[in-house]
Amino acid sequence: MSQPRKPWLGVTLVGIALLLAPLVVGASLGNAWVRVLDFAALYIMLALGLNIVVGFAGLLDLGYIAFYAVGAYLYALLASPHFGVHWPAWAILPLGAAVAGLFGVLLGAPTLRLRGDYLAIVTLGFGEIIRIFLNNLNSPVNITNGPKGIAGIDAISVFGHRLSKSIDIGGFTVSGVMLYYYLFVVLALGIVFVGIRLQDSRIGRAWVAIREDEVAAKACGINTRNVKLLAFAMGASFGGVAGGLFAGFQEFVSPESFGLMESIMVLCMVVLGGMGHIPGVIFGGLLLTVLPEAFRHGAGPAQQALFGKVLLDPEALRMLLFGLALIAVMLYRPAGLWPEPRHRREMGK
Amino acid sequence: MSPLLEARHVSKSFGGVQALKEVSLTIGAGEIYGLIGPNGAGKTTFFNVLTGLYPRFAGEVRFAGEALDLGSPHRVAQAGIARTFQNIRLFGNMTARENVMVGRHPRTRANVVGAVLRSRATRDEEAAIRRRADELLRYVGIAHHADAIARHLPYGDQRRLEIARALATEPKLLALDEPAAGMNATETEALKALIEGLRADGLTVLLIEHDVKLVMGLCDRVAVLDYGEKIAEDVPAVVRKDAKVIEAYLGG
Amino acid sequence: MDIFLQQLINGLTLGSIYALVALGYTMVYGILGLINFAHGEVVMIGALSSLTFVRLLENSGLPGTLVLLIGLLLAALVCMTLGFAIERVAYRPLRSAPRLAPLITAIGVSIVLQQLAMLIWGRGYHSVPALLPAGRHEFLGASFTNVQVVIVVVAALTMVGLTLLVNRTRLGRAMRATAENPAIAGLMGVDADRIISLTFVIGSALAALAGVLVSANYGIAHYHMGFILGLKAFTAAVLGGIGNLAGAMVGGVLLGVIEALGAGYIGDLTGGVLGSHYQDVFAFFVLIVVLVFRPSGLMGEKVAERA
Repeated sequence: MSQPRKPWLGVTLVGIALLLAPLVVGASLGNAWVRVLDFAALYIMLALGLNIVVGFAGLLDLGYIAFYAVGAYLYALLASPHFGVHWPAWAILPLGAAVAGLFGVLLGAPTLRLRGDYLAIVTLGFGEIIRIFLNNLNSPVNITNGPKGIAGIDAISVFGHRLSKSIDIGGFTVSGVMLYYYLFVVLALGIVFVGIRLQDSRIGRAWVAIREDEVAAKACGINTRNVKLLAFAMGASFGGVAGGLFAGFQEFVSPESFGLMESIMVLCMVVLGGMGHIPGVIFGGLLLTVLPEAFRHGAGPAQQALFGKVLLDPEALRMLLFGLALIAVMLYRPAGLWPEPRHRREMGK
Repeated sequence: MSPLLEARHVSKSFGGVQALKEVSLTIGAGEIYGLIGPNGAGKTTFFNVLTGLYPRFAGEVRFAGEALDLGSPHRVAQAGIARTFQNIRLFGNMTARENVMVGRHPRTRANVVGAVLRSRATRDEEAAIRRRADELLRYVGIAHHADAIARHLPYGDQRRLEIARALATEPKLLALDEPAAGMNATETEALKALIEGLRADGLTVLLIEHDVKLVMGLCDRVAVLDYGEKIAEDVPAVVRKDAKVIEAYLGG
Repeated sequence: MDIFLQQLINGLTLGSIYALVALGYTMVYGILGLINFAHGEVVMIGALSSLTFVRLLENSGLPGTLVLLIGLLLAALVCMTLGFAIERVAYRPLRSAPRLAPLITAIGVSIVLQQLAMLIWGRGYHSVPALLPAGRHEFLGASFTNVQVVIVVVAALTMVGLTLLVNRTRLGRAMRATAENPAIAGLMGVDADRIISLTFVIGSALAALAGVLVSANYGIAHYHMGFILGLKAFTAAVLGGIGNLAGAMVGGVLLGVIEALGAGYIGDLTGGVLGSHYQDVFAFFVLIVVLVFRPSGLMGEKVAERA
């Protein structure tokens, strides 16, 4: 799995691009688009977490968003007027990672003996159960505030500054969404780093070995149950962190954000990008956040210009094209758009 | 010769079919021990019991003087038994070197924290894993394929790679399931030399093989299974003349 | 007692529909080892297209039952064509591809169908005209409608028919052979591609039937009705042991009954802590418990130990 050392030039260029992206995007397209970049960073974190489970270890998880939900609600409960508790973000986020990781183990422990498709449906069921509970745990004791969700969540503060507020640096205003962008990018880079380090390690090799041939992996002395649980826990904890960030960023959470469609979206990022290939997964996450958004903004006006009126509901059209794109990419590039160079023709089994 | 492995009254049935009936055998340390028999005689079933793939069976297996925990394959590997598979099972999309590196798993310890922080201990261990993998690839004669994707290797080299991966777990007993299957005469000859070399290096080898010539020429002792029962066990020269064995092979 | 009986009747009705949909999943899974994620959407298309045909014929003066039958037949044709096309376009080219690829195309097909339905039929709920003679019967303090009777009877007959088809006919034998091993079935002169297409077509016809029945039962139809129904039916198929026809039926009925009884009693059981909106949790909870203790489902064959 070792890759040739990237030339420093490339790293520097990527760094500069990441640094300037929100400024350029903000100046040209407006802060709404910087917000899209923020979400892209969050989704990339999720996709990288799911990539550990699906891409490395080959365990098909269709309920991954549940861990995002766990992280988000934990943040919401510990930093909002709902319970009147206001913990700082730096305390909640690691806790969110730990609790989500624990949920990962709780889900994994009884189900890991199951064959692939059964595991898929059980994880899917688990995701739905979590969502239903979030929706209904407002009585008899109001824990989650039900479908209305939890509002007024504390924004994330860094060095005592609330990121939701803009900041002036030498007469230049950096908006809140930009500040969040930088925080999210730093954390996403951290997750990329962890992902790459794990991939190149004894643990990463064990995950891939299980994906490739579980029986042979066992015969090589790998305790497949523990190693799979570890994959679940790691993937879940990334999801938990991303969830906490989401809650602080939105300052609002509701069960709606954590439906099956979200799980599927993240899975599509991983598979379309290139399962098990970290750059591909990042690309997938970016693509599937930005393109639909561009479409949402562009489809209405484009129809207006072409036909003089909006013929088709842009939202439906957007999803329709998304569905068609999924089919087309899988038909023509079943290993994803940017697969690991060596298995261009195959991924997993 | 002190016994390395003692199987006592091992039985295994699938549904109503008795695949192994009270099979007992003893393999001495440093032996090359052959297990032969007609198709469906229970050879592979015995292998699978011995390597923990069939946790539910009757009987007992002692290994290196202790009761062997056959509850799961990874514990068997930990205890010092490594195996290959009749239908080669490599990690197809990993390189040859990575395949062997996976084999180091039970003898190494790096965990998530070490891997992420890449501590001194982890780096040293990783380097040692890599070194050992390269040594083993050289040992089985496929060092030139180290960076090739496993499933792209020629058939004979895939067999060798599987042996290298098994050796990486530092076994006391290496169990080979039909290693010569599908090999031509030259490849088989080379395999024979490889197995003899392994024994010379102190390893005990358990061999399932269809190629009777290879087994007779290579093994110190041979056991014959027929319909799940051991019908003979002796040096090749004696087994070859055993009436029951001849009948099992010819009468079938 | 009357609540128990009432919920049992409701559960049986619901379960019969789950079973019909589950058959579609289980047939495809049995033969291809593929979760046809789009199957629930085919049910939805069946419900909405039959509704369109029914609306067209509504004022023709034909008797209601006949209108319903014609609507059902036309909807079945639509769904069969659709099922055939889905397999051709989204699954067949990927038969030798990695396992996740057809799952993703299935999700894609599912999204496309849902959005197309939204563009064609709109976002709203459609009320389904009651075409069967209305009637309510009392039985030991519980009541049930004609529609419910029809659902249970039709579902039961369909299952008997399908079982006969699979176990007693040439086609059925070819299907079983293909499920066992497509390559060998091919050597024996079975046209595996044709059998797979037929499997999709039959499954889709059942989906249309289920769509018509479920919308008749609730009196409404809408573009996203297929999703949760499909999910439940797939759960039922897994519960019974996927790939196994009898399992799909048992799983479907069982799931329906468990859900209905669960919804009826959860309040009492938990002292009012949990209410009937946890109905959906039951399905998944039962599924997880069953799979943990019997990983191949209630009626699935034990997965052979294999090296």
